Amino acid sequence: MNIDLSQFLAVFYEESFEGLAVMEHGLLTLPEGPADREGVDAIFRAAHSIKGGAGTFGLGAVTEYTHRAETLLDEIRAGRRPVTSAAREALLQATDVLAQMLRALQQGEPVDEAAISASAARLDLLLREGDAVPVPVHPDGPSRTDAELGGSSGNDDNVWQVRFQPHAHFFRTGNEPLRLLRELAQLGECRVETLVASVPPLSTLVADDCHLGFSIKLAGTAPETDIRAVFDWVESDCDLDLTRGRDATPGLLPLATAEAGEIAASAVTAEADVPVSASSGTSVPPADGAPVASQVPAPREPRSANRPADAQAQSIRVGIDKVDALINLVGELVITQSMLSRFGEHFDPSMLEALQDGLAQLGRNTRELQETVLKIRMLPISVCFSRFPRLVHDLSARLGKQVELKLSGEQTELDKTVLENIGDPLVHLVRNCLDHGLESPERRLAIGKPATGTLSMQAWHEGGAIVIEVADDGGGLNRERIHARAVERGLVAAGEILTEQAIDDIIFLPGFSTAETLSDVSGRGVGMDVVRRNIQSLGGQIEVKSRSGQGTTFTIRLPLTLAILDGQLVEVAGQVFVVPLVSIVESLQIEPRALSRVSGAAEVYRLREDYIPTLRLREAFGLAAGAVEPVRRLIVVVEVEGARVGLVVDDLLSQQQVVIKSLESNYRQVPGVSGATILGDGSVALILDVNALVRSGGGLGRVSAGTGVAA
Amino acid sequence: MNSVLPEYEAHTGQALLARNGQYLTFILAGEEYGVDILRVQEIKGWDRATPIPHTPAHLLGVINLRGTIVPIMDLRLRFGLSPVDYGPTTVVVVLKVGTATRERTMGFVVDAVSDVHDIGGDLLRPAPDFGPAVDLRFVRGLASVEEKMVILLDIDGLVGRDLDELPAALQ
Repeated sequence: MNIDLSQFLAVFYEESFEGLAVMEHGLLTLPEGPADREGVDAIFRAAHSIKGGAGTFGLGAVTEYTHRAETLLDEIRAGRRPVTSAAREALLQATDVLAQMLRALQQGEPVDEAAISASAARLDLLLREGDAVPVPVHPDGPSRTDAELGGSSGNDDNVWQVRFQPHAHFFRTGNEPLRLLRELAQLGECRVETLVASVPPLSTLVADDCHLGFSIKLAGTAPETDIRAVFDWVESDCDLDLTRGRDATPGLLPLATAEAGEIAASAVTAEADVPVSASSGTSVPPADGAPVASQVPAPREPRSANRPADAQAQSIRVGIDKVDALINLVGELVITQSMLSRFGEHFDPSMLEALQDGLAQLGRNTRELQETVLKIRMLPISVCFSRFPRLVHDLSARLGKQVELKLSGEQTELDKTVLENIGDPLVHLVRNCLDHGLESPERRLAIGKPATGTLSMQAWHEGGAIVIEVADDGGGLNRERIHARAVERGLVAAGEILTEQAIDDIIFLPGFSTAETLSDVSGRGVGMDVVRRNIQSLGGQIEVKSRSGQGTTFTIRLPLTLAILDGQLVEVAGQVFVVPLVSIVESLQIEPRALSRVSGAAEVYRLREDYIPTLRLREAFGLAAGAVEPVRRLIVVVEVEGARVGLVVDDLLSQQQVVIKSLESNYRQVPGVSGATILGDGSVALILDVNALVRSGGGLGRVSAGTGVAA
Repeated sequence: MNSVLPEYEAHTGQALLARNGQYLTFILAGEEYGVDILRVQEIKGWDRATPIPHTPAHLLGVINLRGTIVPIMDLRLRFGLSPVDYGPTTVVVVLKVGTATRERTMGFVVDAVSDVHDIGGDLLRPAPDFGPAVDLRFVRGLASVEEKMVILLDIDGLVGRDLDELPAALQ
């Protein structure tokens, strides 16, 4: 039975990374002192699954390394040693090393042997100290990659003596001794002797119990870990003895590299042996290969079969309730469709009302289907939040600060793409809060605050948006220093009086950083302007609120999804364009007298007290040819990063939600256009890239940027 | 012609000989052109496209093909032939085009669809060298079918050059 295991590798990696996340989370929340049984169990199980999986896939190095961590965890679990911070840190480091190993194996890159051996040594040291009995780590399993499996270079011609006694319930757990024997046969030449001593007389025999045992002589140089790995899945369902002894049985010569034919032959021997010896007993357990061989070892990977095998393909885990909802909706859609198709066959006017009802139902179905499908892409923000406990733990230790992290609203859902792109900005914000925001414990005590600072991260839905708030109870922004630095950098004129909020907003300007010395925590030359730009590229906004001595709060507002956009349809030279509603400040009819030209070229529009640059879409998009310019034109004022531009359009059409389609997938990026959508009549309309249009205003954009800050 | 052959064989001969395939042919200004039929996704009537700003004239715009945004190219204009009004026989051949960067689906406006031919590798001839006057970069070869000449297009090369190489200049 040769199942191509590689198709399950992607699943193994995915599950292992999830397991590592569980371990990390568990370790961070594990209190010191006597073991909290439940918490340690969860960590242990995760480690054990990784080890088991790695064994199945022949990733010897991972198995061996994880075994150490597992041993340590097992001792904690059994209450033989308390949870110490040393053990916790070592295990945390172990999760990092494991993650690194798995990633390297996944990408086919070399693993960082130095880091592994250093971490392994740290674990060994921990294992040796204390009164716990150190569990030997198999010395004969040198760190090997899966590529080396089968051709390992042992140094003596030993024969392994394996006694394998499945428990009576062995078959009922979906296991099959034959499969294991065949797998064993791949490690070297096997001679199997079936032990029939415990087969009861026919009258008392229970047909689906396993009464057979096997004594196997395995020639070859396979390390013990590999042999044990074969029995990994059935560890708890059998007795296994492994002894090594020189055996001079003729015909069992060492096989450094077993040829395929020989393996097959020995596999046949093994297969033949079983039924023969079994029938020499009394009854035959269902071991004739064919029906049982097709059984995949089921217990631990029930989801494997329906997962994509492609490691590169991104996957998404969807709750079964969402899938069920979709199936229901599709069912309804099919019913509506069959109802409507009746009208196509023979229609008479008396059926008009029924037709209208049907169409209304179809509309309802379609809308619900769209909503439900979009929900599939929605993931809870906990996916992103989960990395912060570790980050805060590490950073606060490094900075010598005491921080309590409070997370709330982790179940708030948002689009996967948004989720993936919000992580880095949030990390940056959190680093900033820890580094610059929160004071040292001494300072906090001195000003009458508790020594432990609080960093809170919250998420909630508000309208069609998700709001994420990162707040600390530190000193707040140092406005004097920000103002001084802004003047120094020429971002603000020296004499200019700014409101407190305007000063706070300066931190988002490019080229601004208050960190006097670059620390390795924040201030790597990446400033808050990058954070803001990242958030804006997701169609969101960021605000800062600061109260001196009480803390700083960053509020991020993001669209729930990147797949749908609230748009204002505008007409220019007979063509429809979509302007994202979020960037529109106001739309008004053009007052011709308010339009004037600066130095004969650039056009500005006087909007109350400000002058804003205008952009004639007709000319910017080269649509002027042929179309008659209407007398009455409109100006749509859009704002990006505080810069406002007036877009001159012919007419405003309706506002509607549009589904964003990529132009790039079949064409390429188009300057000034962020995508396309399909309108109700089936035609395509282009969505304006307001960011790019405002930026293309060039020097003009900056005039209004200045007024934006002052306003 | 003989002088061209060895070099041609070295570069494309093997690939061509291996392609004993079916070709969809279409008419463009009286000439018959062929594309690998496996690339053809569908053939549809001409429908107005939404123009895209800052594009050459032969890129007519984009259409909605069952929810996918598909760009449309007028092959007449692309090859510098005189434009004609689109009539009832004007069709859009939707092809899968693989270039260095990605696989695209694109529509090509042609005068009319003609036929499907089996063209064996042995029927293929390299395009003769006309000198610099004729752009042969996008011609894979010539084939005679029933006394007619069919020009086999290298559509990947054409689109790859248009969309992957030039846009850098635009941005």
